[in-house]
Amino acid sequence: MASELDDILNQAALWHDAGRGVALATVVRTWGSSPRPIGSHLVVNSEGDFAGSVSGGCIEGEVITEALATIAEGRSRLLEFGVSDERAWEVGLSCGGRVQIYIEKIT
Amino acid sequence: MKSGLLARLRAVRAAKRPVALVTRLSDGAQVLIDADDASGDLELDAAQLETLRKRLAGGRSGLLDAEGDIFARIYAPAVRLMIVGAVHISQMLAPMAMMAGYEVTIIDPRSAFASTRRFPDIVMNAGWPDQAIAQLAPDAQTAVVTLSHDPKLDDPALAAALASPAFYIGALGSRRTHEKRLVRLRERGLEDQLGRIHAPVGLDLGGRLPAEIAVAILAEIIRVRYKGAAR
Repeated sequence: MASELDDILNQAALWHDAGRGVALATVVRTWGSSPRPIGSHLVVNSEGDFAGSVSGGCIEGEVITEALATIAEGRSRLLEFGVSDERAWEVGLSCGGRVQIYIEKIT
Repeated sequence: MKSGLLARLRAVRAAKRPVALVTRLSDGAQVLIDADDASGDLELDAAQLETLRKRLAGGRSGLLDAEGDIFARIYAPAVRLMIVGAVHISQMLAPMAMMAGYEVTIIDPRSAFASTRRFPDIVMNAGWPDQAIAQLAPDAQTAVVTLSHDPKLDDPALAAALASPAFYIGALGSRRTHEKRLVRLRERGLEDQLGRIHAPVGLDLGGRLPAEIAVAILAEIIRVRYKGAAR
């Protein structure tokens, strides 16, 4: 059984080999109580399918939107998200935090 | 990331070696660095390489510079768990540990116990526990748990584990069973190492069912891994 991490990397390669556009998002910096540790990955394909997690849910929707834009434009981007207390509450996190996420296209 | 770099990253992961993917966030230049080789279009300076070496050893991802532009994703090999005894608790502990990201091997020379029907999708080793453990070479990222309840299997396994830098060594059995075990291990000349054995194995959660005991064992392994052996 491959680890969750290898599953994500393998999924990225499978989608790319199948001719789909693929973007990889990575947590590169965190402030406060971040829901997922530095290095966490989310991989997204051009059809909006995704695997992995960079936030435990609260910012995934926005990261997927940005990942689709990264696939379309080919340009990497560095984004910062505040995990607001309100949203954090919705997904069961005790408090807010900030994360910096790097999104790159697999070329 | 170039697809060739992704392929190489997956190959190094498959070979179970630590590797770092270093990215300059401002322009996306990257280099993949492992013990043997560096491939990519990013050059690191001496200070960054020094920081990277420490990060690789500790398995810790993060920024390599004060400006926040050079990010190193460290991909450490999976933490391993060696379980001695293909018993009922092992049937619960092995899949739980795999879900928690551990690479699990069950060691048991008794073919009736160690059948793939009882343990689908789990790596089995049919060697004698001391030889199997010596061959698998536990490192500081390895936990060893003896569950067979048979001193013929558990004692040599514990002796082999104590000769390794395994971060966690646990042994199933009551306090009384463990007292007797300590006497036998002392006779093997292991006096100085005996304090490393967690016994009775697992956190004291009060559970009795095999799955509950498996949770207690996995919980103790996680606690020792992140917080050390001190209570």
